Amino acid sequence: MKTVLTFLRNYKKESILSPTFKLMESLMDLITPLVVAAIINKGIVNADFTYVIQCFFFLILLAALGLGFSFTAQWFAAKASVGVATELRQTLFDHIQSLSCSELDTLGTDTLITRMTSDVNQVQNGVNMTLRLLLRSPFIVFGAMIMAFTIDFRCALIFAVIIPILSVVVYGIMLMSIPLFSKVQSSLDALLGTTRENLTGVRVVRAFCKEKESIDEFDRQSEALTKMNEFVGRLSALMNPATYALINIATIFLIREGAIRVNIGGIAQGDLVALYNYMAQIIVELIKLASLIITINKALACAKRVENVLDVKPGMTYPDSILTESDSDIEVEFRNVSFSYAGSDEDAITDISFSVKKGQTVGIIGGTGSGKSTVVNLIPRFYDATSGQVLVNGQDVKTYTEGSLIKQVGVVPQKAVLFEGTIRDNMLWGNEDATDEDIWNALETAQGREVVEGKDNKLDERVSQGGRNFSGGQKQRLTIARALVRKPEILILDDSASALDFATDLKLRRAIAGLDGNMTVFIVSQRASSVRAADMILVLDDGKIAGHGTHDELLESCEVYQEIYYSQAPEERKNKTVNRKEALA
Amino acid sequence: MKTDSNSKSNSCDTLFKVMKVIGNYKILLALSIILAGISVVLQLYVPILFGKAIDQIIAKGKVDFNAVSQYASQILVLILIASLATWFMNLINNRLTYRTVQDIRAKAIRQLQVLPLSYLDSHSNGDIVQRVIADVDQLSDGLLLGFTQLFSGIVTIAVTLIFMFSKNVLITAMIIVMTPLSFLVAKFIASRSFHMFKKQTETRGTQTALINELIGNEKIVKAFGYEKRASERFSTINEELRDYSQKAVFFSSLTNPSTRAVNNVIYALVALFGANRILSGALTVGDLTVLLSYANQYMKPFNDISSVITELQNALACAARVFELIEAEPQTPDAENALLPYRGLVDIENVDFSYVPEKPLIENFNFHAEPGMKIAIVGPTGCGKTTFINLLMRFYDVNRGSIKIDGQDINDVTRASLRQNFGMVLQETWLKNGTVRENIAFGKPDATDEEIIQAAKEAHSWEFIRRMPHKLDTVLTDDSLSQGQKQLLCITRVMLCDPSMLILDEATSSIDTRTEALIQKAFDKLMKGRTSFVVAHRLSTIRDADQILVMKDGHIIEQGDHDSLLQKNGFYAELYRSQFAPST
Repeated sequence: MKTVLTFLRNYKKESILSPTFKLMESLMDLITPLVVAAIINKGIVNADFTYVIQCFFFLILLAALGLGFSFTAQWFAAKASVGVATELRQTLFDHIQSLSCSELDTLGTDTLITRMTSDVNQVQNGVNMTLRLLLRSPFIVFGAMIMAFTIDFRCALIFAVIIPILSVVVYGIMLMSIPLFSKVQSSLDALLGTTRENLTGVRVVRAFCKEKESIDEFDRQSEALTKMNEFVGRLSALMNPATYALINIATIFLIREGAIRVNIGGIAQGDLVALYNYMAQIIVELIKLASLIITINKALACAKRVENVLDVKPGMTYPDSILTESDSDIEVEFRNVSFSYAGSDEDAITDISFSVKKGQTVGIIGGTGSGKSTVVNLIPRFYDATSGQVLVNGQDVKTYTEGSLIKQVGVVPQKAVLFEGTIRDNMLWGNEDATDEDIWNALETAQGREVVEGKDNKLDERVSQGGRNFSGGQKQRLTIARALVRKPEILILDDSASALDFATDLKLRRAIAGLDGNMTVFIVSQRASSVRAADMILVLDDGKIAGHGTHDELLESCEVYQEIYYSQAPEERKNKTVNRKEALA
Repeated sequence: MKTDSNSKSNSCDTLFKVMKVIGNYKILLALSIILAGISVVLQLYVPILFGKAIDQIIAKGKVDFNAVSQYASQILVLILIASLATWFMNLINNRLTYRTVQDIRAKAIRQLQVLPLSYLDSHSNGDIVQRVIADVDQLSDGLLLGFTQLFSGIVTIAVTLIFMFSKNVLITAMIIVMTPLSFLVAKFIASRSFHMFKKQTETRGTQTALINELIGNEKIVKAFGYEKRASERFSTINEELRDYSQKAVFFSSLTNPSTRAVNNVIYALVALFGANRILSGALTVGDLTVLLSYANQYMKPFNDISSVITELQNALACAARVFELIEAEPQTPDAENALLPYRGLVDIENVDFSYVPEKPLIENFNFHAEPGMKIAIVGPTGCGKTTFINLLMRFYDVNRGSIKIDGQDINDVTRASLRQNFGMVLQETWLKNGTVRENIAFGKPDATDEEIIQAAKEAHSWEFIRRMPHKLDTVLTDDSLSQGQKQLLCITRVMLCDPSMLILDEATSSIDTRTEALIQKAFDKLMKGRTSFVVAHRLSTIRDADQILVMKDGHIIEQGDHDSLLQKNGFYAELYRSQFAPST
């Protein structure tokens, strides 16, 4: 709660004023029964109707004041709670921006999104309710009791007894149900999971004729959920009747005691009516308080979760200034680099060393999980190597200031994602200052010109969320263009042509190779044909370098490469065997 | 006007269906209503007795203790009965709601098993899950409880009015006249806050979309150093949201204090007129107490009823969605005969098929496969390759023509017998939540561990299963396996079943080349002597097929084996060559 309280500090005035005004409103509620008592005791007993009219206007005044106080309280509460939520959301968002990829992996995207949305909303709700109501209910309950004591000590003792008893019953039932409710929720989640599973797997379920089993499993879980629900229901079914009986029994005691007190002249009839009214106020407030506590508990849990994210410290630090402007003709160098992802014991890559000259094209090939993407992710410092050193332009990547390294690298990730906005907006991600001409050039190279030209509004065509209005291949071409717009020194294509047909893939590689300048290109692929023409091919196998060199060299020397290549182009093997035979002959 | 009456008759229709569903529980529902009536009347009568008791306690020395005791014991009995009635009602309502929910869900899940895939494919999973889970809950909460609440609300109002009239006609009339004021105030505020709420919801929606987009793709944000720009964009919308939220929260929080204020005014008026009546001897102090406590409670059932009605409407809408699912037309009933023992001869004759009538997809499709053949289907995306599988497995029925296996039309045999003969591995891997064993033995629950391990070895999944902490008993979670491993498990699943025919839908697309080669060997073994259909992107995997069907736009444009197709130098040859061309 510490962190969220920090945010409340910016709304000190509101956080104090809101409950204060709320209390003043409750005070009006507490005075009302006294006025009614006065009407009975003085106005009626003395047959003084002018006094009654005075009391009436006093009641109206109380109502008006109560309304005014309450409005003021609500305004401050709204301002404080929405303010806290707004600032919390912004801080959280900025905090997430500052985290590095390892922390993002550990936290998980879904978690972060939930924290940003529903959890913050719950916090807002909780703050609002707390400011408005948390003090009000206890105030009225204890206020009623104190008022009772001012009227008559003996009668008030009944209040002193019934309030704790009612509290025990209300909170006892509530405390017992809370853990059960979460059990109900998890039963419901299980049922929901089964339904979803049944739907996503409908083809497999039907292919294996498992319809009956699906129904049985669902029925079992459904039955368990019903049982759990009924169990919790039996408990909460007690709440209303029990509190009703208790408060009315207390009222019976009150009337009997009141009868004695009135009889000996301790109190007047109007006082008894006032006590009766206070009794009625207590129960309403106790039940309100109970449900309020549930809301606050939920909000606290959400606040806790938000804080856990805020407590995650960014795992990367950057120097304040660049060391020296070195200039090397080696663009990228790995020195004995090993890396393991957070939470994993095994290395994703082990002892990788290689160096790439400026302007070279490097192919990286290997099976799934062989560490291809990991290698290229270390170049723009998405992750820090666990051991060893990664150098770009002769300089350790850790010595670059924040943002300066990433400017030089164009990354095309495996998953082609576009953002809502226009095509131009998306292209400007690469470089805020790019002109339309820059964009068209990049599109040309990425084989995306025809995609954009096919759209009615060209660069101003809307891209819907996630780029749903573009096909996979179109999206890939646009994401490649986006990376090219920044005219990077290093271009990384992380298996980013997989949705392109072979002919387009070929044209793309030719266009990139034909670009002016001295761009270093990394092509990650599972297709041997995509990396075949590279100046250097790194063959990865289970996180280690199984070979590096040109296509021809590797075909001679590297067994893993041969296996990959020939499995994709078997007749080459035939030809080769034939060639060998000829050579032998 | 016409649509209005239409929707009304629809609602009645839905209500009727709900009544039919609760069939067995009709007695419970009736009991619940009776108990609600009892408890409401008693709870309203208790204040009257309290008022009478107070009237016996007038002043010093003017207290009738006997009468007070008598009223006290009457009250005690009444509250005990009322409490018991409420308690039983709650218990009955519990049973009623939860059992009805269970019954409806049981119907829904059975329906899901017989719905045609065309229905399931055209509704998002989220939508259907919502109907089975959330809508059913809403239906029971809203309709059943709403019904009893509505009933007790109406009884409360009626009884309160009768009791109040019996005390004093004038004051009661005044309360009734003042009642609409409270509604007007509430309505005025609601209409003012509605606008702000709408704005808030819209802005929140935009913000959530932005969050989903940016946080969901945080790595791309990082890759382009977009953090600052992201933060600025977020800030703009966040401040906009602050503005609307503040107003929405404020306005909506005005309803309670305002109606309370109106209530307080009514309360003051009752006190004023009551005192006046007492002075003229038409009313007692006890009566005033009763009227005051009624005036306090009188508004509550009105508010309850208005919220119950909204909930009822909501629940009816949910009920309609649930029934839409439950009553959707199931797939055509199964024929009685099982598929006879067969050799694996597949004939496709003059088949037409389309998912939507306006867009013909497969037209006049003809094909003949001899037993044991390996048939590969290739072609660009959307050419109808996977449709082919939908038809063979009878996930969809052909529009025209017929598919025959060993001369038997597949429409004339049971789906189960047809599907049992096929082993299917789909592009989208699906594993159930459960252990590795449960997943592998999915199609053959009585398989022994030896058989499972044997199959796993053949499918090369044993290598990674062996290394898992609990081997076959490891519980699979969403991300405990890589895509490739998931596919290996799916293959193992089929391997264990030892089916007579195979359907492989790009099954090896995300397994790395080396593993794929091993799997290919295992498959070759499995496919031997069995008719197999392979849909593939990578032409390397299907080079040894007996027949390659090259599909484009729902038609077979080329057909033959690899060599003859290459010689033909057509579409296939073009596809094939582009796969292996160097870039420079």
